Amino acid sequence: MAAVLESLLREEVSVAAAVRWIARRTQSSEDSPGEAAVLRSLRPLRKEFVPFLLNFLREQSCRVLPQGPPTPAKAPGASATLPGRPGGPPRGGRGARSQLFPPPEPPSPAAEAPLARRGGRRRGPAPARERGSRGPGGPEEGVGGESLPWAGARRLRGSGSPSSPSLALCDPPNLSNLEEFPPVGSVPPGPAGRTKPSRRINPTPVSEERSLSKPKTCFTSPPISCVPSSQPSALDTSPWGLGLPPGCRSLQEEREMLRKERSKQLQQSPTPSCPTPESGSPLPSRTGSLTDEAADPARVSSRQRLELVALVYSSCIAENLVPNLFLELFFVLQLLTARRMVAAKDSDLEPGPGVLESVGSPLFQSIHDCVFFAVRVLERQFPVLSYLDKGTLKLLAENERLLCFSPALQGRLRAAYEGSVAKVSLVMLPSAQAVSFQPETDNRANFSSDRAFHTFKKQRDVFYEVLREWEDHHEEPGWDFEKGLGSRIRAMMGQLSAACSHSHFVRLFQKQLLQMCQSPGGAGGTVLGEAPDVLSMLGADKLGRLRRLQERLVAPQSSGGPCPPPTFPGCQGFFRDFILSASSFQFNQHLMDSLSLKIRELNGLTLPPHEPNDDEGEADVDWQGERRQFAMVLLSLRLLAKFLGFVAFLPYRGPEPPPTRELQDSILALRSQVPPVLDVRTLLWQGLRARRAVLTVPWLVEFLSFADHIVPLLDYYRSIFSLLLHLHRSLVLAQEREGEMCFLNKLLLLAVLGWLFQIPTVPEDLFFSEEDQSDGFQVDAVSSEYGLDSVPVVDQQLLYTCCPYIGELRKLLASWVSGSSGRSGGFVRKITPTTTTGLGAQPPQTSQGLQAQLAQAFFHNQPPSLRRTVEFVAERIGSNCVKHIKATLVADLVRQAEALLQEQLVAQGQEGGEAAQLVESLCSQLCPHGAQALTQGREFCQKKSPGAVRALLPEETPAAVLSSAENIAVGLATEKACTWLSANITALIRREVKAAVSRILRAQGPEPAVRGERRGCSRACEHHAPLPSHLISEIKDVLSLAAGPRDPEEGVPPEHLEQLLGQLGQTLQCRQFLCPPAEQHLAKCSVELASLLVADKIPILGPPAQRRLERGQARRLLHMLLSLWKEDFQAPVPLRLLLSPRNVGLLADTRPREWDLLLFLLRELVEKGLMGRMEIEACLGSLRAAQWPEDFSEELATLFNLFLTEPPLPEPQLRACELVQPNRGTVLAQS
Amino acid sequence: MILTKAQYDEIAQCLVSVPPTRQSLRKLKQRFPSQSQATLLSIFSQEYQKHIKRTHAKHHTLEAIESYYQRYLNGVLKNGAAPVLLELANEVDYAPSLMARIILERFLQEHEETPPSKSVINSMLRDPSQIPDGVLANQVYQCTVNDCCYGPLVDCIKHAIGHEHEVLLRDLLLEKNLSFLDEDQLRAKGYDKTPDFILQVPVAVEGHIIHWIESKASFGDECSHHAYLHDQFWSYWNRCSIELHESDPNIKRISNSGLLVRIGFQQHQNVQAHPLLWR
Repeated sequence: MAAVLESLLREEVSVAAAVRWIARRTQSSEDSPGEAAVLRSLRPLRKEFVPFLLNFLREQSCRVLPQGPPTPAKAPGASATLPGRPGGPPRGGRGARSQLFPPPEPPSPAAEAPLARRGGRRRGPAPARERGSRGPGGPEEGVGGESLPWAGARRLRGSGSPSSPSLALCDPPNLSNLEEFPPVGSVPPGPAGRTKPSRRINPTPVSEERSLSKPKTCFTSPPISCVPSSQPSALDTSPWGLGLPPGCRSLQEEREMLRKERSKQLQQSPTPSCPTPESGSPLPSRTGSLTDEAADPARVSSRQRLELVALVYSSCIAENLVPNLFLELFFVLQLLTARRMVAAKDSDLEPGPGVLESVGSPLFQSIHDCVFFAVRVLERQFPVLSYLDKGTLKLLAENERLLCFSPALQGRLRAAYEGSVAKVSLVMLPSAQAVSFQPETDNRANFSSDRAFHTFKKQRDVFYEVLREWEDHHEEPGWDFEKGLGSRIRAMMGQLSAACSHSHFVRLFQKQLLQMCQSPGGAGGTVLGEAPDVLSMLGADKLGRLRRLQERLVAPQSSGGPCPPPTFPGCQGFFRDFILSASSFQFNQHLMDSLSLKIRELNGLTLPPHEPNDDEGEADVDWQGERRQFAMVLLSLRLLAKFLGFVAFLPYRGPEPPPTRELQDSILALRSQVPPVLDVRTLLWQGLRARRAVLTVPWLVEFLSFADHIVPLLDYYRSIFSLLLHLHRSLVLAQEREGEMCFLNKLLLLAVLGWLFQIPTVPEDLFFSEEDQSDGFQVDAVSSEYGLDSVPVVDQQLLYTCCPYIGELRKLLASWVSGSSGRSGGFVRKITPTTTTGLGAQPPQTSQGLQAQLAQAFFHNQPPSLRRTVEFVAERIGSNCVKHIKATLVADLVRQAEALLQEQLVAQGQEGGEAAQLVESLCSQLCPHGAQALTQGREFCQKKSPGAVRALLPEETPAAVLSSAENIAVGLATEKACTWLSANITALIRREVKAAVSRILRAQGPEPAVRGERRGCSRACEHHAPLPSHLISEIKDVLSLAAGPRDPEEGVPPEHLEQLLGQLGQTLQCRQFLCPPAEQHLAKCSVELASLLVADKIPILGPPAQRRLERGQARRLLHMLLSLWKEDFQAPVPLRLLLSPRNVGLLADTRPREWDLLLFLLRELVEKGLMGRMEIEACLGSLRAAQWPEDFSEELATLFNLFLTEPPLPEPQLRACELVQPNRGTVLAQS
Repeated sequence: MILTKAQYDEIAQCLVSVPPTRQSLRKLKQRFPSQSQATLLSIFSQEYQKHIKRTHAKHHTLEAIESYYQRYLNGVLKNGAAPVLLELANEVDYAPSLMARIILERFLQEHEETPPSKSVINSMLRDPSQIPDGVLANQVYQCTVNDCCYGPLVDCIKHAIGHEHEVLLRDLLLEKNLSFLDEDQLRAKGYDKTPDFILQVPVAVEGHIIHWIESKASFGDECSHHAYLHDQFWSYWNRCSIELHESDPNIKRISNSGLLVRIGFQQHQNVQAHPLLWR
């Protein structure tokens, strides 16, 4: 690799040719024969060039960056071996990224040959790990003797050691600094003998949340505060640590060798090298101070070289030869904002003059060099920069270094900033609500049994209870999900016995997931209810301000770096923990099914393509909607896919790859049998073919980011990765041809793919070892001319929402401005907003015929809003039509059924027969009428659709277009409605009739009389009557007084009784507030009251002499009661209670006993038809059977006889009877 | 009228171990003449229920039941007309209706072959004339009519109050032209748990969005809030989203839980005096 740079520097090869060469394109005629020859000779090294370059740059910059903001992404791609992978023998087939390092062999073609053969995946035994730590047999160890300065320089990385203030550039210290090169994604030197170099790739471990993985601290990329080599503590933990057992010795040897070589080389170098000393040696004395060094363009040391490297580097970026575009940008910005050089001028260990401009001298000798280089690269990346959000642009445009080094670039950035509308907000208001009860899916009819229904009801409540508890507590320190909620969740899952309950619960779970995680706010932490309260206090106009404030406070809190691991921020954490705690196989399976289904559904959703020929104003309006819809679908898909990936790979996840080759092979053999949970490969293919990569790839990346170590080795997934790599390579931002993917779409894909390639479970060498020609990647986009890819569906907001790590660029720049070096590592959380709402329904399927083609052609020439309108109208009208049919035709049929049933019931007496039979016969009569539904449906659609279309289309729509649109809408609506109706009308009628029949039969049951007419109160009633509750309470008081015990002074004023009965009458007449139970109790109480009156048991207030009611008063009250019973009560009055032994027994202990009131009452009852004579006789008869005192029995018998002998008397006789009654009563009493 | 927490506490203080009888309520009214009987009764009832919940278990041990039954038998043996059961209940500080139930159950166990079903007991409590023993019937009746916190009549009164408030609420909704679905309609749609009303178009009350309304028609003390929250309101929230409106007595509070709890109208008969449901 170094040879290539060397050639470039010597101008043997042009940059263009070199980049072509790197990009593995076929040689073009542009290459001069000389170039071709040079490059051909280097061919075997081609693959390793980019990783080498990236590492080289990282290493070169290491002196600069330590003090800057966190440097998470030192070396994307290549440098070290993943610690988890022992150089190789066991896993020969799979390379590690570190293998991409050129081995230290001499770069002569001959020497390279063997290496070349090992290219690509076959490079197992890992030539690469120069950093040692491999066991015996690393082929390249100790190999030396090459003469290329670049190679030497590279090797110098390894040659320094803290003890020897050597020529080492700067690497050794850095390499050994755990903080700078955190062994991310790598396992800390665990088992003895397995220390492996950690890669410097920005680690993207799978999140600290993966409980199974060992801790991976690297993500936060702690600030580097001192010169690495002076940090013994770091050394201890670093796999490359100089003090580490297996690797370090050889490492030191190697370094030493390299150092010698390098000095030799330097002396040979034709051009004098820059005298600027470099230091790999620690500079403890200066590390503490953080004074910024001003960068001065005039003091750039080796312009030409920097320019050249910048050019090559930029070209690699432009050609997507680097794995992660944004990581590189981040790195470049780090260079731009470097504060000061660590290397001290006084540590001049450099050989002195003669090395100036040599390729072997350090690339960045000063801050000036760094800034110069960064600005050069940024100039070439301007297109990408110009698409960043406004805030970033502003910071860039205001960067004084940039202004100083390239006023032109600054001008362009300023212009871009001023023209930008891409305000990106990462905070949205949370809108967490519970999933509402959905009658179609949640009501009883959807459950196998009452029990299942009620269980689900309970589960729903438990689920939300758990959720609320999580919300309340999850941020408290020391609260543990599993401890707090685990057992409750498992208990709940335990109740989900039936498969159908599982699917219900999963549906609820998934909906709640989408609902809660749909906004970044929901993902951020504020949840449920809090925000609305605060917001409402402020009032709407301050909402904007509040939101901005909230953004400032909330957004920059979390860390993550430019390449964070996949995580479950905010509410997502709840769902993840829920899944983990539930640890229910059935639940997971149902969840996967459901997620897969939903993903397929959303992925296949037709998003109306945007045609470029729209006139502007309209397009703009439509645009927002389309983008919004796309964003919602995309974010939902990403969320679902993330959880699908999480659940699907959950059983296989482990902290590290299998330790031995054999084990791995057996696992591979096993796993390759398992069908993928969702056929993502096909979906990806389809997406690529339909040119919908911009929709498919982002969620696929989310899915794959949870893959375990084995997954990328499986053929199935390997082919997916390979496809993705090709796609990545093909997304050259500079190419904007007609029909190409839009810039921001590409940027989104590059960002997510770049992120994916950094995930630790994705093999490090994957990116660089892919063999195939990029030209081989040709997807024939047959199916659609304008796929989503060429529609600008992605905007900055979506880009930043999907890839919050891009925001790190802004923070880096901001921290430069603020002077804080971001030590606290405060970076934005990864926010993954998603949404469920308003995804729109799939437009109705059009029939295949010519008509459909005509309609398609029609829409093709019209703005997409027209099509949407028509489809929307058709969809709504079709649905309304069905509802209308239900409410009219079906309701009529049900009424007919009710009438028929009533007839039948009357005809057959109360019997009616079996309910099922009744339903059958009714349905057979009525269902044929269902055929009318289609006609009526057609009429309905015909009538309603045109108006709706007219209302929704612009006034100016040409008449012909309008009428075509109307016709199509009618057609579509009719099709939709009739399809549904013809399939379902019979079932619908049956269902409704069945419900009606059971309703009627049930009502037939207990109290047909009560059912009759229930009179309401009269129209004039103002509902001022006393409330029933009040009356019951009052009557109860009287009853309790009568029942005693009572204080001597307690009693009821006689007029109160009258008043009470009057009120009772009012209440019974008003009925507004009367409910049946209250009326029944009132009826019962009134009977009790009558019994007390008859027995004269009501204590009356008044002078002690007359503590009893006057006879006349009592009779008046009884009359009132009789009239209430007769006229006002609609509930049955339990009059038989009047003759219950208990109530009649009340008479027993009054002395003298007075029977006349009872007799009077009985007669009146008969008279008014309230009770039948026979009924009373029966009651009296049974009364005599009870146990009574002797004398009482006799009197009772007399009464009985009296009642019997009295013939049913007409009115006048009754009066006469009334007159004599006192006497008779007295007689009775005295007898 | 809004009751302050201090007033409430004072009332609650007076109710410590007071039997739930007519006389107690009368004394309470004399003590707090400014409070309506409904409010006092509601507080009384709730406080007493709390007391019963705490002590309920000790009255249901086998020994306790046996000793009560023996005392009852001895009492009525001496004088069947005396309020034996009622006095027993007051003496052991238990609700008369519940004491009546204990004794009745015990009595039936002794006199019937099969243990009495709950519905039989309930029906006898509702209508003591079904009780085979006349003395016991009278005793039971005396207990149930004298108990102002438990018993079939009290249950009915509570139910009636709930219904009345629902009607009042419905009237107010109609008066304000708010479109709603009531419980029956919701049940017909298959909702498993139903608040009194779901507003078809949400409204804002004091800056809070109201989706549904549940009238509790009872005094909203802390404890009952909590219980309702747990038993009902969260269930509604789980299904119908945000907030609620609780009608009746006298403490106003906005809970921090996303539910809006409010006093609507009091139990006065003149509803029109409180027209500002949506103040």
